[in-house]
Amino acid sequence: MSNTPVIGVLALQGDVREHLIALASADAVARPVRRPEELAEVDGLVIPGGESTTISKLAALFGLMEPLRERIAAGMPVYGTCAGLIMLADKILDPRSGQETFGGIDMIVRRNAFGRQNESFEAGVGVTGIEDGPVEGVFIRAPWVESVGAQVEVLAEHGGHIVAVRQGNALATSFHPELTGDHRIHALFVDMVRAAG
Amino acid sequence: MSTTPSTTFQSPETGTARVKRGMAEQLKGGVIMDVVNAEQAKIAEDAGAVAVMALERVPADIRKDGGVARMSDPNMIEEIIGAVSIPVMAKSRIGHFVEAQVLQSLGVDYIDESEVLTPADEVNHSDKWAFTTPFVCGATNLGEALRRIAEGAAMIRSKGEAGTGNVVEAVRHLRQIKNEIAKLRGFDNNELFAAAKELRAPYELVKEVAELGKLPVVLFSAGGVATPADAALMRQLGAEGVFVGSGIFKSGDPAKRAAAIVKATTFFDDPKVIADASRNLGEAMVGINCDTLPESERYANRGW
Repeated sequence: MSNTPVIGVLALQGDVREHLIALASADAVARPVRRPEELAEVDGLVIPGGESTTISKLAALFGLMEPLRERIAAGMPVYGTCAGLIMLADKILDPRSGQETFGGIDMIVRRNAFGRQNESFEAGVGVTGIEDGPVEGVFIRAPWVESVGAQVEVLAEHGGHIVAVRQGNALATSFHPELTGDHRIHALFVDMVRAAG
Repeated sequence: MSTTPSTTFQSPETGTARVKRGMAEQLKGGVIMDVVNAEQAKIAEDAGAVAVMALERVPADIRKDGGVARMSDPNMIEEIIGAVSIPVMAKSRIGHFVEAQVLQSLGVDYIDESEVLTPADEVNHSDKWAFTTPFVCGATNLGEALRRIAEGAAMIRSKGEAGTGNVVEAVRHLRQIKNEIAKLRGFDNNELFAAAKELRAPYELVKEVAELGKLPVVLFSAGGVATPADAALMRQLGAEGVFVGSGIFKSGDPAKRAAAIVKATTFFDDPKVIADASRNLGEAMVGINCDTLPESERYANRGW
């Protein structure tokens, strides 16, 4: 890999554009990924916010489930926000029937844990490894992490609930840094992709 | 990386513009489907809808039945909220801010201040800044879209002509909005003041659109989408997602058609996928030719 990693954003559904912009501003080459052959060409992948039930269905329909699981198992760096965090969980507490995840992080997540849209909120969140103060946390019908395995590092909590985690090359947040101008977490992820290359 | 995770307890803020607009960002690339009961809502969710619009009658039936169309029964909306985990939207009449208050109290995720229902106020739309629940509003052109955003709308859908199964008005309205945005891009600062006056929209918003080259909120398309190719057409024309009303549950095989429209919306630029999605869908809704529709029955003319 050259010094400028190529990072994909899973573009089945969700706020893909905002992640592409955030990654580009963190000095990565960013491109949308909808097909297995496009997945094969990236050094790392962001799984955006969106509807996890929709993303899960489309991933299965278009043959992305297995290739993605294989890449994640082989150590490709991945970063999931909100629905993306759900997709990276090894287990969902309350899945819709047939809802599958890519997995990669040994954790159990609760969907829409912070409530419906009227309870959606913003708050500052201190994140381990992110310097210069808390990040702007935008939580939208957000999940939280109910419990984590021994290999998982908890990076942030809000209101006593886990909202950011990392296990090896997999990073996940309940909130949406891509909706803010604060791209420090994307920069952290780009560094992870560089280090993995 | 050795410090303990620290949590900053700034008091969390709900109902901010970023939280409201950000919710719509999460729906992009998706299909929002009209449903009239919990069973249809589940079919929509299983087909991959990103949200459902709960209403008592789909627009095609509102057209057929005539009379005054109002907000749906709270029981019916709550049943749908209880049946699915995806976001649930519901419609209030234009300017009927009490219907909107009721919908907010029920916990719907988005309120559609909709021309499909009979307007309650022929001058004023609801003040949408007064709500925690975000609003989506229809627009036929850029000025209308920006007036709705100025009133607090956090998402815009081009209106089309709901309940017709005819995509022609959806195309007209989306093209209108996109063309007007493109025109603004070419204006210099001196021209933006006159443009704002002409658009009857706040200067600050006009300037923002000219800089961004897009609306400051998510833009979906609505009103007449009946097939996978219709949905893909609206996406190729620049819609960030689609609303499908009568097109699904007024067709022969709703579950199959719903899933097909979802696929075509994601792979809107891949004719092979759209072709596969279009096979053996059974009967589409019958549809109405919009040029035979009398002015009084054109929903898109409602709202100003």
